[in-house]
Amino acid sequence: MIGEDDLQAFIDDRLDDSRRAEVEAHLAHHPETAERVAAEHRQRAMLRGQLAAKFAEPVPARLRIANIRAARRGGWAGKVRLAAAALVIFVVGAAGGWFANGLVPVSAPVAQTTSVAQGATAAYRTFVVEVAHPVEVGAAQETHLLQWLGKRLGRPLAAPDLSRFGYKLMGGRLLPAGSAAAAQLMYDDASGRRLTVYVRAASGTETAFRFQQEGDAATFAWIDQGFGFAVTAMASRDELLPIAEAVYQKFVGKS
Amino acid sequence: MADPAALLEPLIPALRRYAYALLRDHDAADDLVQDTLERALSRWLLRRPDGDLRAWLFTMQRNLFINAYRRRQRQGPHATLDDATMPGSAAQQEAGLEVQDVLAALDQLPEEQKSLLLLIGVEDFSYDDAARILGIPMGTVMSRLSRGRQKLRSILETGRATLLRRVK
Repeated sequence: MIGEDDLQAFIDDRLDDSRRAEVEAHLAHHPETAERVAAEHRQRAMLRGQLAAKFAEPVPARLRIANIRAARRGGWAGKVRLAAAALVIFVVGAAGGWFANGLVPVSAPVAQTTSVAQGATAAYRTFVVEVAHPVEVGAAQETHLLQWLGKRLGRPLAAPDLSRFGYKLMGGRLLPAGSAAAAQLMYDDASGRRLTVYVRAASGTETAFRFQQEGDAATFAWIDQGFGFAVTAMASRDELLPIAEAVYQKFVGKS
Repeated sequence: MADPAALLEPLIPALRRYAYALLRDHDAADDLVQDTLERALSRWLLRRPDGDLRAWLFTMQRNLFINAYRRRQRQGPHATLDDATMPGSAAQQEAGLEVQDVLAALDQLPEEQKSLLLLIGVEDFSYDDAARILGIPMGTVMSRLSRGRQKLRSILETGRATLLRRVK
């Protein structure tokens, strides 16, 4: 039996030899259908013919890929840079996961500190670039902010005074940290440089500082009595160390 | 990775042909192709490397046309019924000739039928690829193609966009 789909495929010349022969035999006995099929085949050919000249035209200069790329180069380069930055973060995160999995000999407390440092760095990267809403609750409501975060963390929280380093409290926010909560306090200096103090529950009793540099973000992290702390800023290790020590002094033994 | 320019440039003539058939305006067609190429470059890393580049480009171009160009085309100068029917066509038909403007007649079809006829009849896409480009079920391609061709034929034969009942 010959169906409409056979006729369409016949018009498009897409049947194999045996099927085409069957369609031709069918059309020989159905002159009206044959006439229609011939007309549609002819119209298909005419359409192709009418568009052949357009296809054969030389491509105008504005459609050359090199020219289109040149016109959009600024945006393009920016996107590539952004993608590269995301890749760096991903690779560092993956490497951290590798260490945390214990596939290389690293003691568990160090892994905990690394994990805190990573959480802090990720939160830093997310919110330090935030212009409209860098913090959830501003420093104007500092008392409310610290009570709220302290309650969610399960530990009293104070905002270390970092004014002698030029940093002033902007405010803070609550963040997810696994199944628990983390708090981020954000500071900025006169030039707009931002620094964060990150706190979350963490097991382990290690108190040594652990330094981590991810791109231009430097972090000191430590564990103290069931909580992990991290101080992150776009700063050198030497610049950041005294600030971390001040934050440590503020929090030590307060949990 | 292969250079986008080396892969894209051989496909530009076909994109221009499809764009021109849709828009019937040379400048607007090249605008559409340029938009398509810009989008292709911006999404170059997101495309499926094993996918068919030509089908990907035609899908983007068709979507761009639907989203942005169709309205503009409706507002601009447009082939009227009279242009498509052309005085004297009846006489030519009597003489067994069909020299009408098939492209103008095609303008009277709904966009989906028009694209289907172009993608299959001119661009030689497979029925499967055409279904994917147009986002229609594979099973309906043949019946829609049949209806589109029937409608085109009736426009060319009668000069009117009436859908004739198929003669068995």
